[in-house]
Amino acid sequence: MNQNITMPRSQDQVLATNKVLKNTYMLLSATLLFSALMAVVSIYLQMPPMVYLGAVIGSMLLGMFVLPRFANSTSGIGVIFLITGLLGFGLGAIITQYLALPKGPEIIGIAFAGTGIIFLSLSAYVLTSRRDFSFMGGFLFAGLITVVIAMVANIFLAIPALSLALSAAIILLMSGLILFDTSRIINGGETNYLMATYSLYLSIFNIFISLLQILGIMGDD
Amino acid sequence: MELFLKIGLAAVLLMLVWRLYPAAKEQMKNGPKGSSDDWKGLILPAVLLIGFVMLLIMMVRS
Repeated sequence: MNQNITMPRSQDQVLATNKVLKNTYMLLSATLLFSALMAVVSIYLQMPPMVYLGAVIGSMLLGMFVLPRFANSTSGIGVIFLITGLLGFGLGAIITQYLALPKGPEIIGIAFAGTGIIFLSLSAYVLTSRRDFSFMGGFLFAGLITVVIAMVANIFLAIPALSLALSAAIILLMSGLILFDTSRIINGGETNYLMATYSLYLSIFNIFISLLQILGIMGDD
Repeated sequence: MELFLKIGLAAVLLMLVWRLYPAAKEQMKNGPKGSSDDWKGLILPAVLLIGFVMLLIMMVRS
């Protein structure tokens, strides 16, 4: 029996859900633009690759310890911009490295377009089908933990084949998280647009980084 | 410097696992379970996604 049937909801609940969805997409657009701006600044300043590691560490600490404290206040918006700006600045350092490759600009353009198409297609799929993907939660969390542990090992082992496999797994997991998060928003499971934005932003960011890595490795003759 | 950053990143990622573990455990224990039809419904998007990434790789290689 299908346990994920969407229950009929009151007009108030539908309005509240639409408001969360609208606020999430507006904030997501603003953070992506800000992130791109920070990436341009970082490229202009020719930041070294280690800036990316520092930015990821800083943003993860902010996301784990600071954002949850401010998630229900307007200060949370500032924290979101701080996190996404930091990640954008770190991303600029990676893009600088890719720009130096023979096919670098092409790889960046394809990864950018690919990320946009993946995000828009998956979001459109959930928004039009109205399906509930909450059943994927356990699988996605378990997958994330497995991938993160493998990532920790590969920070020190630096095995290219494992990097490639991890990038592929991250694209699948983050795509699943886009389905999961969007369905949670439209079915009333997520009522905080700051946390929804943060989650969707991270999925988009990770898909872009993983696509860059896959295309960078596979595009090399 | 880079080694210290790598150690820092590994520590933060392990902290993330530590933070994710209770949520994962809760989701696996009490989260909604999908029917076989629910899981089958994911096959098409997954195949399209993999095909799309393959297409992007072919575009870069050509």
